[in-house]
Amino acid sequence: MERDTDRYRSLTRRALMLGGMQVGLLSTLVARMYYLQVLESDRYTVLADENRINMRLLAPSRGQVLDRFGVPLAVNQQNFRVVMVSEQARKIDRMLSLISEIVPLTEADWRRITREIQRKRAFVPVTVKENLTWDQVTMIEVNAPDLPGVSIEVGELRSYPYEAATAHFLGYVGAVSESELNGDPVLALPGFRIGKSGMEKFHDASLRGVAGTSQLEVNAVGRVIRELSRQEGKPGRDITLTVDIGLQQYAQDRLKEEKSAAAVVMDVHTGGIYSMASNPSYDPNLFTTGINAETWEDLLSDPTTPLTNKVVAGQYAPGSTFKMLVALAALDSGIVGPRHTVFCPGHMDLGDHRFHCWKKGGHGTLDLVGALKHSCDTFFYDLARRIGIDRIHDMAKRFGMGQRTQLDLPSERPGLIPSREWKQANLGKSWTQGESLIAAIGQGYVLATPLQLAVMLSRLVNGGFAVKPHLTKQIERGPAEQTAWPSLGVNKTHLDMVLQGMNAVMNQPGGTAYKMRIAEAGFEMGGKTGTSQVRRITMAERSTGVLKNEQLPWRQRDHALFVGFAPLHAPRYACAVIVEHGGGGSAVAAPIARDILLEVQRRDSARGVPQVSSAVPAAEPVQPAPGDKPGRIGG
Amino acid sequence: MNGDFLGHQPELSLSEKLWQINWKLILLLTAIASIGWAMLYSAANGSVDPWASRQAVRFGAGICVMVVVGLIDLRIWLRLSYPIYGVALVLLIAVEIVGEIGMGAQRWIDLGIIQIQPSEIMKIAIVLALARYFHAASLEEVGRPTFLIVPLLMVLAPVGLVMKQPDLGTALMVMMVGGAIFFLVGVRLWKFAVVIAGGAGSIPVAWQFLHDYQKNRVLIFLNPENDPLGAGYHITQSKIALGSGGVAGKGYMMGSQSHLNFLPEKQTDFIFTMLAEELGMIGGTGLLLLYSLLIAYGVIISLRCRNQFGRLVGLGVSTNLFLYVFINIAMVMGLIPVVGIPLPLISYGGTAMLTVLFGFGLVMSVYIHRDIRITRRTLAGEL
Repeated sequence: MERDTDRYRSLTRRALMLGGMQVGLLSTLVARMYYLQVLESDRYTVLADENRINMRLLAPSRGQVLDRFGVPLAVNQQNFRVVMVSEQARKIDRMLSLISEIVPLTEADWRRITREIQRKRAFVPVTVKENLTWDQVTMIEVNAPDLPGVSIEVGELRSYPYEAATAHFLGYVGAVSESELNGDPVLALPGFRIGKSGMEKFHDASLRGVAGTSQLEVNAVGRVIRELSRQEGKPGRDITLTVDIGLQQYAQDRLKEEKSAAAVVMDVHTGGIYSMASNPSYDPNLFTTGINAETWEDLLSDPTTPLTNKVVAGQYAPGSTFKMLVALAALDSGIVGPRHTVFCPGHMDLGDHRFHCWKKGGHGTLDLVGALKHSCDTFFYDLARRIGIDRIHDMAKRFGMGQRTQLDLPSERPGLIPSREWKQANLGKSWTQGESLIAAIGQGYVLATPLQLAVMLSRLVNGGFAVKPHLTKQIERGPAEQTAWPSLGVNKTHLDMVLQGMNAVMNQPGGTAYKMRIAEAGFEMGGKTGTSQVRRITMAERSTGVLKNEQLPWRQRDHALFVGFAPLHAPRYACAVIVEHGGGGSAVAAPIARDILLEVQRRDSARGVPQVSSAVPAAEPVQPAPGDKPGRIGG
Repeated sequence: MNGDFLGHQPELSLSEKLWQINWKLILLLTAIASIGWAMLYSAANGSVDPWASRQAVRFGAGICVMVVVGLIDLRIWLRLSYPIYGVALVLLIAVEIVGEIGMGAQRWIDLGIIQIQPSEIMKIAIVLALARYFHAASLEEVGRPTFLIVPLLMVLAPVGLVMKQPDLGTALMVMMVGGAIFFLVGVRLWKFAVVIAGGAGSIPVAWQFLHDYQKNRVLIFLNPENDPLGAGYHITQSKIALGSGGVAGKGYMMGSQSHLNFLPEKQTDFIFTMLAEELGMIGGTGLLLLYSLLIAYGVIISLRCRNQFGRLVGLGVSTNLFLYVFINIAMVMGLIPVVGIPLPLISYGGTAMLTVLFGFGLVMSVYIHRDIRITRRTLAGEL
């Protein structure tokens, strides 16, 4: 028993020591817990959050573009794509062949899908095919039980319901290129598209919107478990244009009869562009889904430049449509009085050079109105000889020529109004008087875009106010259209004389466009024809007789131009038309302008759109010109 | 020898024994196991399937086994000590042979209905065998080095076999339980020092015998940042989970690390991490406290026992539990290399739970039979 007592004491002592060691070791655990969970807790909390939280950007919905009456021109269509999660689909090949019975898959699709499946993790959806039709979507949904792991995802695709009719001013959207990445993370989103041209480009910042974010909880292998929080982005703002899509379609269709042509209609008071048509055009939807190289090459190499918006980027010698400005410059200078007359024998000699009028036999004696009516070149040669290029240059500049009109559309070109300084600076030669004569009939160095012609005409007929053109009516509830334009300070009676001339062109027998007049009461128009030479007519050719346009190859034929306004007595609409290599302005361009002007008036009166803007003083009615007595004007 | 001087009958009837069933012990075990069910419920994202329910059933069965073991006379356990050890050793060898036939690390023997893990049996068998061996040993005997040769072999034989499986964690545990009993019976401390020094000296030799993945584990333990996505991933993620839990935890069932599968084996070896992530340091220390109570209670029961065998068995089982707890938690906290030791009563798994409950069945038997005298006649086979 003695023995056991010793042993027991020893055991107890040792047991207590062992217990002490255990307490010590357990304390180590508590200390470690304290270190990890108290001292280092913040660090590990960050690490844990980094582990589990994955931020994703939510692409904002792109704003719509609407026409002046709210008709959508650029919309977002739901874009359905079929995706497959390979881990759920299991037998990939079988699944793909099942899908291909509904959505045809090409050889290349198969290769791409198999490659993507190998690259991605098994739970990451792989896009099988994009741009599904609604039928295909329903077929897939109906067959869902047989297609495990296959599902439909909805995205947005920019769509232009009016296709070619709106391509030139709306532009299109496309994938973001390397150089366009500016650090905005939304641009880096797969499939994100930005405005590449036209209004889509000009208003891209407004249309784009603000990306939302989604905080996703992901597990160790990156599979999304749930959404922790979601901050919705702001959809892009809608943009309302001044364009009337009905008129636009009409104009575009009307131009299709010509090989290459452009037409623009603007409000002479507000500057709003109602229609801007350029033919040929292209389908902007092709660019959204990705254009193929062949189509792109075709568009680029086409001599009729379908990718160019000729209204703003086509620069043409304005021809006789320029004569109004020369007339104004002359009257304004005071050198030439309103009763100034010129005898036209069919040409004018300056030095040893002979300048020909378009009418070989001559017009006889004409005053200013008559000269505009008949578009007599000699009369304007005479004016140019008297006033010189500087006055013409100044007046043209005041009316918006030779400079960008500051239209809210990219790719506008400035045209050209030559001056002494310009020639010296650019050609290193001094100006010659002969060049002034050529410039006076809108030839030579003078270049204008159809838009500039429309602006020029608008300023002529709105009473001499410096209206500027624009396409954007409103950005959502943003600033509305501006209407109070500064005055150009042009003498009203001089303007009236010019208007009388343009009235006579259309509405007097013998006027160059008399055949193209609008007879419908209240819708009458005024205008001016223009035919601009593309090639140089040699003395030799002139002696043997100038070749008719029909005898020439297309590229050498004259451009046909026309500027017109309506209604005659309270001008509201200005229209400029160019038919590239179309021949005579009166025969080719005038009827187009007439049809468009008639269309816009009919459309607006049918809609009850007020015909005179109260915010802007209207141009004085052209001298009493009852439709039945046109003879009194410009006689 | 008059064993009746305290007025206790050495022989107890079944009804007397039933009265003696230690409910506090059962309550403590159940409390810990309940925490385990709650964590397994959380690990299954709020479902009793597949873990919590099965674990509860196992626990119920385990408690029955425990009570039965507890009611069996301690002297019978004494007599069964060597046979049990022998069976365990044979099974370990059998596993070794089957393992050769099978492939890789084989730790189980499939008996059709249940799978037996001989290394788990050995954790108890070694306690019984050593207690039996040292039961009658006087301090003088223990002081003789030759007397220690047999028990040393008793420990080293299974350690070698388990190591070969390879199951580093269990080998470590068997070795440490053996060491603890050697310590308890009074082996001089300097002898431990010699053995530890010798062990340390043999590390370079032992290193050669380690499997590559075991070497890797040790190396990664020493510098986990070396392999953040590979083998070091587990421990790194476990530390993140623990640390991000903070003092109060992320809330029950709200552990992002565990629920998003950043935490590996969250229902088995790493379940403490999940608990500490969701319930914080408060929950973690609370659980440690419960374990400490259980261990302390086992020690108290042991020290009250009037025979050396019972004392050693009780202390051995308590030490066993301590080792489970310490090794597992120290591992998930990155204090020691990753070894496969479950958290007793909480980690999902049947064998470890059975081992622990069987062990505490023995502790209960020690409690019920605390006043039993074990005489030479008892050793000879009489009750």
